[in-house]
Amino acid sequence: MQYDMLLLRFGEITVKGRNRSRFEKAALAHVQDLLKAYPATEIKKEYGRIYVVLHGEPAAKIIDLLKNVFGVTSISPVKVANSEIEEITAQAVSFIESMNIAKETTFKLNARRVWKKFPVSSHDMNQIISSPILKACSHLKVDVRNPEIELRIEVREQGTYLFSEVVPAAGGFPRGTNGKAMLLLSGGIDSPVAGWSAMRRGLEIECVHFHSYPFTSKKAEEKVIDLAQVLSGYYGQIKLHLVPFTEIQTTLAQGKHDSVMITLMRRAMLRIASALAERNNALALVTGDSLGQVASQTLASMNVIGRATTLPILRPLVTTDKEEIVSLAQQIGTYELSILPYEDCCTLFVPRSPSTNPNLHVIEKIEAALPQLDEQINEAVSGTETIMIRPGEAVIRRSEAEPVVQDKWF
Amino acid sequence: MKYFDHAATTPPREDVIRTVTEVMAQHFGNPSSLHRLGEDSSKLLSKAREVCANVLQVKPGEIVFTSGATESNNLAIRGIMSKYRHRGNHIVTTSIEHPSVFETCRQLEKEGCEVTYVPVQPDGTVTAEDVLSAVRNDTVLVTVMHVNNETGSIQPIEEIGKDIKSRHPLVFFHVDGVQAFGKLPLSIRNSRIDLYSLSAHKFRGPKGAGLLYVREGVSLAPLLTGGGQEGGLRSGTENIPYIVGMAKAVRLAAEQQPHLAKQLAKLNLELHEGLQHLGGLEINSSPQGAPHIVHFSYPGMKAETMLHMLEEEGFFVSTQSACSSKRSEPSRVLLAMNKEMDCALSGIRISLGEEHTEEDIRQLLRAIERTMERLQRVKGGNS
Repeated sequence: MQYDMLLLRFGEITVKGRNRSRFEKAALAHVQDLLKAYPATEIKKEYGRIYVVLHGEPAAKIIDLLKNVFGVTSISPVKVANSEIEEITAQAVSFIESMNIAKETTFKLNARRVWKKFPVSSHDMNQIISSPILKACSHLKVDVRNPEIELRIEVREQGTYLFSEVVPAAGGFPRGTNGKAMLLLSGGIDSPVAGWSAMRRGLEIECVHFHSYPFTSKKAEEKVIDLAQVLSGYYGQIKLHLVPFTEIQTTLAQGKHDSVMITLMRRAMLRIASALAERNNALALVTGDSLGQVASQTLASMNVIGRATTLPILRPLVTTDKEEIVSLAQQIGTYELSILPYEDCCTLFVPRSPSTNPNLHVIEKIEAALPQLDEQINEAVSGTETIMIRPGEAVIRRSEAEPVVQDKWF
Repeated sequence: MKYFDHAATTPPREDVIRTVTEVMAQHFGNPSSLHRLGEDSSKLLSKAREVCANVLQVKPGEIVFTSGATESNNLAIRGIMSKYRHRGNHIVTTSIEHPSVFETCRQLEKEGCEVTYVPVQPDGTVTAEDVLSAVRNDTVLVTVMHVNNETGSIQPIEEIGKDIKSRHPLVFFHVDGVQAFGKLPLSIRNSRIDLYSLSAHKFRGPKGAGLLYVREGVSLAPLLTGGGQEGGLRSGTENIPYIVGMAKAVRLAAEQQPHLAKQLAKLNLELHEGLQHLGGLEINSSPQGAPHIVHFSYPGMKAETMLHMLEEEGFFVSTQSACSSKRSEPSRVLLAMNKEMDCALSGIRISLGEEHTEEDIRQLLRAIERTMERLQRVKGGNS
């Protein structure tokens, strides 16, 4: 069947009172962005809903695209009829016929007269329309309680909408409606999922990645760029900050505090990410921590590491099982990238027996004995390269030749 | 020719000119563009904001780049009055503000605001007490300049700020810092300032660039709407070369302030003493005022005549402020200081810069003396 239109529904944002229009606008802008690839389509906004008029564009492909729009809870492909009872009936019959329904499928018709001037009442419509449907598809069984198929008909002045399929969509809050946070993006499985989960709650995300070339390969960096690109597919475009971390790692490694190396590194990362957050007006950090997964994710470790920043640290995956994370990663399309075998700066220095219970006092003492650390953290912040990642577009890296911000100018 | 009109504008620094030219040539990207060229420009903009914020000891997010002092002052005053109308509609200012403040207040009066113009003492200063006693229950904003652009009188900003905020914490405090920056020290935070205006060309930066400090938490209604640049407060593509040039000028001006103030104060004193020595002049500024401004009247002579005669002698000076000098009206500021009309009609402002030497001052004094003699002869011949 050739659908005429898609109906996009919003979930929890419809209860947002006075802020609702802001949320709806954000979702609308997101839809508009994605539909640029289908210029024939036309968007109509109505109370609590968005309609996409297809004008011949492929419904299935566009549904696949739009079900990633945060804030949209479900999508239905819609057939449109003129608001006249004969035409509605005819369309309803052909709608059901085209669905190729198996025998004994249970069915319910749910007709609703939104336009009160329509001469037939909702109740009468159900009767008028269902009998020709049942005649044409004699293998259908009516079940008004728990039907396998529900054909919904909404009669409006401008046209009558017929739809049955409900495709679940991303849900959550629309793009960027709940402020901005910095995502610590490693090349692993968890952090991209944490980023997606945070974005789904309406957070705008900028990614921060720590690279330690030449300790790690440039490939590790490419992999993170690719991961950010997958995330940008859910958002439109995303900033990625690439932080040079080699110097700091070298300094920390010289201390010979093998068992708390990861703790020290994570603290330095949080401090850098916090500085970047301040520069970019972000109010939180997002990490992929999952309680108990590795030594740095015990409660004691999270406590000591978290004290390196005053910003709230959001850990969307903190109580999630690994299997759940993996399946989410597969669902959002980051898993295959995440398992590519490149060293990143965390895996490189994993000690044989990392401490699961670091002592804050001891850690602070070690840091205090490294006077160059603060300076190096500032240098890492100012040496950060920021690139804009857009879905499906090649990433342009800054040429190494001349720094953009030249000291002599200031 | 010797340039003695630094209060009107200053010659831009060589290194500022170089910065502006290089940035203009190398980074033409629109900072709002998302591609790399835009990103690069945006980086320069952030760096400039950071530099300015550091110098003023405020947060980068509190700096709004504008086209200059007039825009900064307008944005501050109008922005506050339209945003906080529910608190009242009364403004307290002084009788000697720059036109960009004074005329804005006059305009707002026509739009239904009430304005109290606190009178100045004969030396051209207001007292914190007078300003404070003008504040009422429906006062929304107090706006006072730090240094007067005509006479160089210094207003007690820190005292006013502290008094207002301790007794009327909801009242906003705006300071026009244009003539003071780089000449006098000031702490925005200690003075409890909510809004602070600067203009780059007054401290050897480019014309067409300025900034407004807006304390975090203070919201303003924008004058210009559009693309939402500068946090929505000042739409319009940012003038990156000038803004970067301004940042450099801000930094250098602040660094050199103590030294420059000392140097200028010495010349200022010499000039004051020399003018006193000449006799027949009414000196309207004080050696305790801003170090770069010396102001006197030659009652009975039109200021413009004296200006042109000094020009013939090789000296550029000013009558009144540059912004009002094309009108041959008496100086509003001098009248506010209770000066006689013929004094207010004959004001000459000499404003100093770092290139001046004691020898320049001596030559200027001799030129003034010769001019006075010539004018005296003309006057004598006529009568």
